Amino acid sequence: MFRKIRHWGPPVLLISPTLLLLGVFVYGLLAVNFKTSVTDAHDAARSVGDAPTTFVGLRNYFDLLGNADFQHSLRNLVLYTVVFLVGTMAFGFLWAWLLDRRVRFEGIFRSIYLFPMAVSFIASGVVWRWLLNSNQGEQALGLNRLFQMVGLGFLQNNWWNNVNTGIAAIAIPAIWQLSGYVMALFLAGFRGIPEELREAGRMDGATEWKLYRHVIFPQLSPVALSAVIIVGHMSLKAFDLIMSISKPANYQTKVPAVDMYVLKSSFDYANAAAVGSILLIIVGVLIVPYLIHNHREGKS
Amino acid sequence: MTAVAARDLTSPIKPASGGKPSVGRFSVGRTLKYALLLFFLLVVLIPVYVLVITSFKGAGDASPARAWNLPQVWTLENWQTAWDTLAPAIGRTFQMVIPAAIISSFLGSLNGFVLARWRFRGADLVFTLILFGMFIPYQAVIIPLSKLVVDIGLPNGVPTLIFLHVVYGLPITTLIFRNYYQSIPHELIEAARIDGAGMLRTYYSVVLPISIPSFVVVLIWQFTSAWNDFLFAVFFSSSQNGPVTVALNNLANGAMLQNYGVSMAGALLASFPTLIVYILLGKYFIGGLMSGSVKG
Repeated sequence: MFRKIRHWGPPVLLISPTLLLLGVFVYGLLAVNFKTSVTDAHDAARSVGDAPTTFVGLRNYFDLLGNADFQHSLRNLVLYTVVFLVGTMAFGFLWAWLLDRRVRFEGIFRSIYLFPMAVSFIASGVVWRWLLNSNQGEQALGLNRLFQMVGLGFLQNNWWNNVNTGIAAIAIPAIWQLSGYVMALFLAGFRGIPEELREAGRMDGATEWKLYRHVIFPQLSPVALSAVIIVGHMSLKAFDLIMSISKPANYQTKVPAVDMYVLKSSFDYANAAAVGSILLIIVGVLIVPYLIHNHREGKS
Repeated sequence: MTAVAARDLTSPIKPASGGKPSVGRFSVGRTLKYALLLFFLLVVLIPVYVLVITSFKGAGDASPARAWNLPQVWTLENWQTAWDTLAPAIGRTFQMVIPAAIISSFLGSLNGFVLARWRFRGADLVFTLILFGMFIPYQAVIIPLSKLVVDIGLPNGVPTLIFLHVVYGLPITTLIFRNYYQSIPHELIEAARIDGAGMLRTYYSVVLPISIPSFVVVLIWQFTSAWNDFLFAVFFSSSQNGPVTVALNNLANGAMLQNYGVSMAGALLASFPTLIVYILLGKYFIGGLMSGSVKG
């Protein structure tokens, strides 16, 4: 008995504060949040607990999903995620591919491509709001002015102020910030491929393309998966950059995370909680299979 | 010796194979490659150029026609205004970030050690459940969380934010340390155990001394993410008691007539601490980035 305690005691003791904290602050709060989302706490009195709330089932969820404004947020989220993912994967891969084989000053290129990652979305939003300023012609600033200067004036547009595609413009700074990260992942992936594999391919007379197709791409696929998961889940939680460049109330750039902020500010806790839970489900669809996959691999 | 055998956290990207870059050999392919690399380098640096020139422009230099030009007169006015507005918030951010980074690194190290070394049934499941906390959208906990921190009695602002960065930083710090400790040769810990050292003793005298590189990685990671955090900051503090991201966002989006010069000087000021860390300790920074990809 005593030996058992000596064996199990210390590890259990050391890890239990963490398990307790995460049990309460992650799993417990997710549950309480869901509980709030199935009530009618739509005003300050009921939200802060001064007035009793009633159980309304999943009505808030159905109302939100049937609401054209919220559908617009979901549509924006999809568009943002697609542009963000395609952009970071394309630039990240291209940069890693360019840097992979014996490049002089590799360290400098790498450091500069990666540096935006060290800056907050709030700080970068300041300069990108200027770059993506929607003024055109005489009053143009930022990229619109740059387009005029290099004779590409026809490219001028109103960027994030476009009702249908504005959110895609917000993905541009996000791509600027995260492509270096994807590059670092791919570069580590490239360098992890044993030289013998490439050599063997060449000995067999494989062309460069075939070498990539059959040797290099398959070796890179776990890295690509990691990159998609990490960038994808960041994208689904997009908030800071939108708050910084646009405004929370702006219809053209709203996404669920921003809606949640607006709803909480107006003390509609039930709907704010419902939006939170919807986001959780969306992120969960992406993350849970990945975690299970890793869990299984860790076991074997 | 053992530190060398452990997984090298600080250089996850191996150098290119095939020897030194060849010098002086000219080919169209190589030229094109360098041209592309240089082009992207300039594109990535465009926002930096804009930040710097705009922050030094005076009020009379704001004509859109000269938007991309260097300042006619270089002035420190914007920097002075931005500093006066943001300095208290920058101070508070340090007060928040330093304890948050230290506490969560230490807890992460203990957890990582336990999960890597003491095998029990369900250890992997526990680890996966901890990891999930890293990916959740915090929007899904903020409503009850805002009530809970009041119930606990944490004051808004720095104390609440330290607590939140510690708690929600636990998954990533645990992950990085666990991956690192799993790469330590098992014999090392076995030897300590055979010598009769208990778990705490083993941790303190064997594991901790060789954990320095991963501590640096985790500290930097936590420092950067807490410094750059806006989500918790905007929900749990104000520009009077909150960190620099909230103050900067207020400065840039506030009621004040849009003054790009001041906001850009402010953005640079708010970014210096993390940029300095990145420049001085870049390789450790990359180490943290890579471990974000779960399997490390």
